[in-house]
Amino acid sequence: MIALNVNGQSHDVDAEPDTPLLYVLRNDLALNGAKYGCGLGQCGSCTVLIDDRPVFSCLVPLAAVGARKVRTIEGLADKDGPGALPAAFEAEQAAQCGYCIAGMIMRAQALLERNPKPTEAELRRHMATNLCRCGTHMRILAAVRRAAKAMGGGVAEDTL
Amino acid sequence: MTKGRWVLAGVALVVVVVLAAAGALVWHPALPAVAVPPANSFDRALVKKGQALAHLGDCASCHTASTGKPYAGGRALPTPFGTIYSSNITPSADTGIGKWSREAFVRAMREGVARDGSHLYPAFPYDHFTKAGDDDLAALYAYLMTLPAVEARPPANKLDWPYGQRSIVAAWDLLYLRKGPDTNGDRGRVLAEGLAHCGACHTPRNKLGAEDSARPYDGAWIEGWFAPPLNARSPAAQPWTADELFAYLRTGLAGRHAAAAGPMARVTREFAEAPEQDVRAIAAYFANLMAKAPAATNKLQPIDHADVAARASPIGSALFGGGCAQCHEAGAPMMQQGGPPLAWSTSLRLDTPNNTLQVLLHGLKSPAGASGPAMPGYAADFDDRELAALAAYLRARFTDLPPWPVDLRHAAEQVRKGANE
Repeated sequence: MIALNVNGQSHDVDAEPDTPLLYVLRNDLALNGAKYGCGLGQCGSCTVLIDDRPVFSCLVPLAAVGARKVRTIEGLADKDGPGALPAAFEAEQAAQCGYCIAGMIMRAQALLERNPKPTEAELRRHMATNLCRCGTHMRILAAVRRAAKAMGGGVAEDTL
Repeated sequence: MTKGRWVLAGVALVVVVVLAAAGALVWHPALPAVAVPPANSFDRALVKKGQALAHLGDCASCHTASTGKPYAGGRALPTPFGTIYSSNITPSADTGIGKWSREAFVRAMREGVARDGSHLYPAFPYDHFTKAGDDDLAALYAYLMTLPAVEARPPANKLDWPYGQRSIVAAWDLLYLRKGPDTNGDRGRVLAEGLAHCGACHTPRNKLGAEDSARPYDGAWIEGWFAPPLNARSPAAQPWTADELFAYLRTGLAGRHAAAAGPMARVTREFAEAPEQDVRAIAAYFANLMAKAPAATNKLQPIDHADVAARASPIGSALFGGGCAQCHEAGAPMMQQGGPPLAWSTSLRLDTPNNTLQVLLHGLKSPAGASGPAMPGYAADFDDRELAALAAYLRARFTDLPPWPVDLRHAAEQVRKGANE
């Protein structure tokens, strides 16, 4: 058994140490927000946070997680609602098929926690890692800007 | 006059001659400022040739700041003697080389002396450029003078005492500058040792920052990477043929070696736009220099000691299985598309683990415009202990070489720290 801390809860999972974290999240813990896209660390649909940093969970072996804290999109919601970023994505209608969105939100969450007032250039550089096949990147960026404002920060628009 | 006086006069004469000779080395006249030549005064074919040669010489890498305009200078170049900021080589009259005549440009490239007569520091590799032919320099001049002029003054150098005195470079020139052009070499050699200045990264330097002429292309440290040897000491697992080298230099990927990484990735993107025949000539030159490397005479089958390595490092094996095998295990999609096996990676075969750690931490980017996959960096995924275990596992599994004789955890920590500078 391997111990994992996900969204503040401890779990013991019966899995080999070379199992990618994504498989455990989805198959063992039924946290299906993070998606399997390419499985090769290219697309970002599996993005989750480990100790506040975004990672491709499809490429993180369980052996490397240890006692570090994993957060998934399920962890952003509380009793009052879905969290600032998911709410902003909904308000901007940023999803088309929606497959990439959980990864997009977690990547944006890492940025806004670290830097509540990124510049537009920083925002774009940070989000460039994750891909959206439907091409909703402009709405995704608008959603992150909206969320930044809602969280008390903001994105400086004139710095591109 | 007495005999004593004759001796004194003779000594005085010798002193004067020596001082004059030293003065001639140190002092160079300012060359007259010219009106900025209009762009249409240059032959278009010459400009085009110059542009291709500027890519071959990778001028833009050093002469462009990270957020600056191309060729406008201001990039910080750390040296053991302090920080030097590259100059603006656009034709701006006041902040660039707009007032430079062709004669002044050629003197800078051949002798390391600016138009105003001051010495340039050898961070500008004029010890290489001096070998370039007159035609190539004329083309480069034409290209640079037709660039958009950018008004940008680079920051002042921050050099330790006494290196702020430019005149002391005269002594360096006396010791190390062998003035060109090189008219006896084949095109590949002239370009490799001249404009492409390959030795600037691949040849180790002495304490005065000059390339060690006794160890040409033995490999050297550059920006936290080890630029591998390009001679019989090449540790490559597969022979570097002229065709393999050409593909590598031109596309950043050689099927029987690996993808270009670190500072070399940038060079290959520039070489992609350099004249094809020139890149072929350089490839042929280095293939010849590496013709006596071990791989050229003793081809290796791809080594894979999977079981031995897994027994020696179960944690390394688990990290590889969950984080690397998706692309690098035999049968993975990337391997089926011709991706080189890790056993052919030169980084795993060097005496230092740093290149391997650099790639693990920071990943590899696909060349601009290429559609192939990029390797993600694992800085957030693995801590230093895990990076050390993974590096040791890779070395044990994919080479026949002994473990790296260093504290891998410490090396990982250092490489990670360098990334944050």
